Amino acid sequence: MDLKDKLISSFMAFENNVDVEHSVHDVRTEAIKNFELKGFPSKKEEAWKYTSLNSLQKIDFSIFPREENTLEYKDVKKYFLHEIDSYKIVFVDGIYSSYLSETTHDGVDICLMSAALTKPMYKPVIDVYFNKVASKDESLTTLNTAFSREGAYIYIPKNKMPKKPIEIIHFATGNEASLLLQPRNLVIVEENAEVQIIERHQSLTSNEILTNAVTEIFAAKSAIVDYYKIQNDAATASLIDNTYIDQKDKSLVKIHTFSFGGKLTRNNLNFYQNGEYIDSTMKGVTILGDKQHVDHHTLVHHIEPNCESHQDYKGIYGDGSTGVFNGKIIVEKLAQKTNAFQQNNNILVSDKATINTKPQLEIFADDVKCSHGCTIGQLDEDALFYLQSRGIPKKEARALLMYAFANNVLESVRIPELKTRINKLIAKKLGVNLGFDL
Amino acid sequence: MLKIENLHASVEDKEILRGINLEVKAGEVHAIMGPNGSGKSTLASVIAGKEEFEVTEGSVSLEGEDLEDASPEERAHKGVFLSFQYPVEIPGVSVTNFMKTAINESRKAKGLEDMPAKDMLKLIREKSELLEIDRKFLSRSLNQGFSGGEKKRNEIFQMAMLEPKLAILDETDSGLDIDALRIVANGVNKLKSKDNAVIVITHYQRLLDYIVPDFVHVLHNGKIVKSGGKELALELEEKGYDWLKQETAV
Repeated sequence: MDLKDKLISSFMAFENNVDVEHSVHDVRTEAIKNFELKGFPSKKEEAWKYTSLNSLQKIDFSIFPREENTLEYKDVKKYFLHEIDSYKIVFVDGIYSSYLSETTHDGVDICLMSAALTKPMYKPVIDVYFNKVASKDESLTTLNTAFSREGAYIYIPKNKMPKKPIEIIHFATGNEASLLLQPRNLVIVEENAEVQIIERHQSLTSNEILTNAVTEIFAAKSAIVDYYKIQNDAATASLIDNTYIDQKDKSLVKIHTFSFGGKLTRNNLNFYQNGEYIDSTMKGVTILGDKQHVDHHTLVHHIEPNCESHQDYKGIYGDGSTGVFNGKIIVEKLAQKTNAFQQNNNILVSDKATINTKPQLEIFADDVKCSHGCTIGQLDEDALFYLQSRGIPKKEARALLMYAFANNVLESVRIPELKTRINKLIAKKLGVNLGFDL
Repeated sequence: MLKIENLHASVEDKEILRGINLEVKAGEVHAIMGPNGSGKSTLASVIAGKEEFEVTEGSVSLEGEDLEDASPEERAHKGVFLSFQYPVEIPGVSVTNFMKTAINESRKAKGLEDMPAKDMLKLIREKSELLEIDRKFLSRSLNQGFSGGEKKRNEIFQMAMLEPKLAILDETDSGLDIDALRIVANGVNKLKSKDNAVIVITHYQRLLDYIVPDFVHVLHNGKIVKSGGKELALELEEKGYDWLKQETAV
């Protein structure tokens, strides 16, 4: 049985474990119908031209983990930003781990999607927000919607800010031969509220893991959302990340994506600007080697006037790795005085590495400032010579130049301990010890 | 210290250096002058080991050791320093961290441990005072947003930190106002000793008023066409290069 058929037939089993009377279940039923109609995207579709899911579909994934697994904190501590205090929402093979988590209901809700989707007290919020910004026809998103049951639920009321950042971590242990995970996150940040979130998917096994995640983020008037995605997964772990952001007047949402590893990673970041004076920022550092593949697909939909969007993605591709950057910007006729900037710079450090980069601008307003630029190059030989002439060996000199290349993306990381951590990951990824903490 | 014999070098099959002979002894200062395109900067890059240039004939040796197979970093470890005409910007890496890396890599190559942090700080303080460099400057990203003068001063600061045997200053005077020129030259003079040597590459006599050379060589068409004492620089300043070009054509 192929994966699509297996998923569709699993839906009935899934229904045995959820409340089919809840309004959410109508949403799920609609979603599985759409997935049944569309199936997995193929390379024939423009949006999936450079990323193939064919080989993943041949794997016999378990749709539901058979047993609950526990992890010792000391064994997974390094995946947490343990230098600082944080709220933690942790899942092991898709199942909530209360042992590793630290949630709260003290003024803000930092808890579980499973609770939000079932408990009556959350129903008014769920009715307003759940599946309201996520696509209802993109097949992988609807697949996730159909099976949506667990994930992180974050609700920050008006004028509030949690005392510390929130970490969302999904571990996969490998107790299943191969496992499909479909976390569903909902983040609601009300007027003038603020939140910082760090998200990570971490496989602890050499078994195949496929994660098809959907995150919906709602930023109300003047809300600030600072979201960091750390993608440094095992060589047998693949991730399809579908993130949808709805922004209202004067809100500021910034998403950093650090892609340092994993077998196949597809990031679909979709921003919808439903208000004025909105700022949407996407920054990314991608450093790949081996046969890793990352595909960044971004969308900014400028719907109303006087808004801004900023995109800055830097990629360093080695060995036989492949990368894609596709940045779509739509400026509606009404969205005058839009400022939209997009930048994608890449360095290929191997003859076998590939990057496909494509800006896609659809502008219907006439008074806008839009710029885009993409570059693909090698390291500057003159710069390399400069560093070597100071006694720095070629390998370290190359690493320093690559670090310098990616640097301006790191400058906007607002959690210092996270910045240090990312710097260390970069140094490790580049295979050097530079003798100082970058 | 430095011995260059019949050096020929080319880039992409175009010959730029066509048989250079030069000997620089410890304690000496040599100036290399010449019109644009005569091969001055190429000579500096070839001595420092830039791979883009192919040495087709002849040799460069430092203290009797042929440098032919030495990489730029190995040459640096042996005591060659090149002050760049156009220093490279390295965002995100401070001047201090850059110097730490450079010094400790040199020490590593010599089988030494990293320099203790306390000694490093002391060295940085001492050398930055020598070049009248503000402490705040040291925590800025290397060369990023530096003015022309700051870049050159920073080059000489790096030289002071690395204490090379042979320092080559490639057009260090360009982009410097008179005060900066004086500070830079003063730094170079203080670093000069009987054990090291300096090659100053310049268009103009101006820098040589401050860093007084023992020998002046004129480079033209990839060859040294005239050598003399410091008075040669004055003569060039007065007459330009045309008379030399005519003289060598004859």
